[in-house]
Amino acid sequence: MAEFTLPKNSVVQSGKHFPLDGSGTNIRQVEIYRWDPDTGDNPRVDTYEIDLDDCGPMVLDALIKVKDKIDSSVTFRRSCREGICGSCAMNINGTNTLACTKDISDIKGAIKIYPLPHMPVVKDLVADLTHFYAQYASIKPWLQTQTPPPPDKERLQSKTERKKIDGLYECIMCACCSTSCPSYWWNSDRYLGPAVLLQAYRWLVDSRDENKGERLDQLEDPFKLYRCHTIMNCAQTCPKGLNPAKAIAGIKNMLMQRK
Amino acid sequence: MSQEYKITEHEYDVVVVGAGGAGLRATFGMAQKGLKTACITKVFPTRSHTVAAQGGISAALGNMGKDDWRWHMYDTIKGSDWLGDQDAIEYMCREAIPAIIELEHYGVPFSRTDKGEIYQRPFGGMTTNYGEGVAQRTCAAADRTGHAILHTLYQQALKHDAEFFIEYFALDLIMDDDGVCRGVLALKMDDGTLHLFRSHMAVMATGGYGRSYFSCTSAHTCTGDGNAMVLRAGLPLQDMEFVQFHPTGIYGSGCLITEGVRGEGGYLSNSRGERFMERYAPSAKDLASRDVVSRAMTMEINAGNGVGDEADHLYLHLEHLGTDVIEERLPGIAESAKIFAGVDVTVEPIPVIPTVHYNMGGIPTNYRGEVVTLKDGDPDTIVPGLMAIGEAACVSVHGANRLGSNSLLDLVVFGRSAAIRAAELVKAGSNHKSLNENICDTAIARLDKFRNAKGAHKTADIRLAMQKIMQIHAAVFRTGETMTAGIEKLQEVQESLADVGISDRSLIWNTDLMEAMELDNLLMQAAATIHGANNREESRGGHAREDFPDRDDDNWHKHSLMWVDEKAGVKFDYRPVHMYTLTDEVDMVPPKKRVY
Repeated sequence: MAEFTLPKNSVVQSGKHFPLDGSGTNIRQVEIYRWDPDTGDNPRVDTYEIDLDDCGPMVLDALIKVKDKIDSSVTFRRSCREGICGSCAMNINGTNTLACTKDISDIKGAIKIYPLPHMPVVKDLVADLTHFYAQYASIKPWLQTQTPPPPDKERLQSKTERKKIDGLYECIMCACCSTSCPSYWWNSDRYLGPAVLLQAYRWLVDSRDENKGERLDQLEDPFKLYRCHTIMNCAQTCPKGLNPAKAIAGIKNMLMQRK
Repeated sequence: MSQEYKITEHEYDVVVVGAGGAGLRATFGMAQKGLKTACITKVFPTRSHTVAAQGGISAALGNMGKDDWRWHMYDTIKGSDWLGDQDAIEYMCREAIPAIIELEHYGVPFSRTDKGEIYQRPFGGMTTNYGEGVAQRTCAAADRTGHAILHTLYQQALKHDAEFFIEYFALDLIMDDDGVCRGVLALKMDDGTLHLFRSHMAVMATGGYGRSYFSCTSAHTCTGDGNAMVLRAGLPLQDMEFVQFHPTGIYGSGCLITEGVRGEGGYLSNSRGERFMERYAPSAKDLASRDVVSRAMTMEINAGNGVGDEADHLYLHLEHLGTDVIEERLPGIAESAKIFAGVDVTVEPIPVIPTVHYNMGGIPTNYRGEVVTLKDGDPDTIVPGLMAIGEAACVSVHGANRLGSNSLLDLVVFGRSAAIRAAELVKAGSNHKSLNENICDTAIARLDKFRNAKGAHKTADIRLAMQKIMQIHAAVFRTGETMTAGIEKLQEVQESLADVGISDRSLIWNTDLMEAMELDNLLMQAAATIHGANNREESRGGHAREDFPDRDDDNWHKHSLMWVDEKAGVKFDYRPVHMYTLTDEVDMVPPKKRVY
């Protein structure tokens, strides 16, 4: 049997413990993955105690409480705090989701926060999404047409046609799905992953787009598309309730039909 | 300085700071015109706060009934309480129609009518025939219009191979001795290096500063960095006293619930179950302009008619609209209400409260996006090399109060306009003049000060103190007395910033440092806002003085300009409102009483 040796710096060590300063009746542990590239030290998990009675309802509120009151060096992305910008995607108690819409009351015991899995870590909870974004650009995610649009009018699209992109255009590119996908973990160098494939499908089913053939040609590849093995983690984890696996099945179906 | 900072230099024709709706539209517009364009942004483009706009984008397309851009123009002027510049408003409302058609051609997934055209919904203050009827003018992609537009604009930027510098935090403008902007200095977050972007034109598209308040619909990143950079460059901001409170932020979290809810037939009620807006705006009712509704709500709460244990908020009803309408047109807010208020909107109302939402004030510009200042008596003196667009700018199309769905419009119209103007002004590939060796010193000294700050106060504590002061002392209703007290307290908070301390000393992704510098930016703008509000002794649009309850056109029909120094001292001057139009296709609208 093959043996693997993990790189030395991949071993997560136990970190510092910050007990609650003062008294509280509703104390909760927040365990946060920490890694500071400047020090060269191994990653560690620091534990912070916060009083939930003195904290907002969401995991992002807990993170901000820790950063504001206990340790301002804790590093994470956040912006809209209402589940629409996709900045605060992270792994919380084993599930990829948005910290800003993840209710603490849904978590039993310690709140455990890690960066998105299997991505290079820049620092603490900040994952490097450069490759993910480049894959998005690679599918040419913009409206492609040959027919010039009517000069002073919108292109027409029936309500039924428009409905086909519901469940697709809402994607916020948070990368929760792709980074939850075992196939993507193994083959992200070549497999596009659920988020990008959902975006590809969004253009394939847009009645206004006229480059379906070429789009499908680009996707017909054992790695880009066919590494999806319907594991369905993507649909399970999507914080917006979308179903990338279904979109991928849609692409496969389109390829089948044109054969 | 504690250490030497190395600077990487880049040369571009144009550098755009910010990648929201305005920044992206300008970026690919300029790239399209052959200008070497860089867009630097502190967040990945689709994370910008344009993404959170919900209800729609206005244009008199007339898809749902007769409409005319002149009516849109009239509504916008009335909405602005006559503080908007009418040449710019004419430009925006006329250009709205091709701008929305262009967005559709780019691929924005607008909702559709039975005829397959873009769906349009009613919105506050949008009327037909100069105030007679209700207009359906606001083009919508369900209630995720900002998201749909921002993603489409980013896609267009990809299509045009625009160059992005993502997760770069802009520090300061680089101004030469002649007052010409020569570029922007920025901090690359993932390695802590400094980058000087030399440019013939720098475009501030940095958004608003909602985070100077405790409760706002704005993102954590809405810290008005560009506004503060302009102040530090010795230039003024304009009309900063005008802060829009959106009537329907979710009670508690402050998350936005679109005005589109009321556009689709939703209404507000008080503790007696009364639709109180009928008393305050007999004709427009719940679709009166935002300042009017927010004041009415505040008066209801102050009169003891609020709901909840502390009678401190109100209800927004949409349960009567039916699940079909909610699922098709308002799915996003149904989700938000569930998550942030635990409410099922098909059966119960949403608890709401007026919440800081938008800054009408900002960097003064003309309708072509060029930054202007008052110099030697000329109120329209152009600052060479500098533009501003979007919420950061004060064109001014929104005057004292912005109409809902006019801001997404502002972004694309003036983003495009700035690109056109930049192409006229800048010769692609022209040489950059040499800069003084020490031109970045002030900006670096500021960075160095915060990077090594070892003081006693935490950024978060100072920020919270500022936010609470603004929330109480520069609220929906203001008086000289409360504001004078607020100014004194804010001064103390400002002074405490000199004794700030940060704990993260690293160079890579140092958010501790960034938040301290963002706080510095916010504080300057908070000072401009509260001083400006105290200075303006009248009530107009979003600025309601209890001690000066009426609009005073004789003394105050003018834009205020404010310069803020390092110690948050504020100096005032004024610019006239443009009471003229751009063409003779439409007449100037003289001031009259504003009734809804």
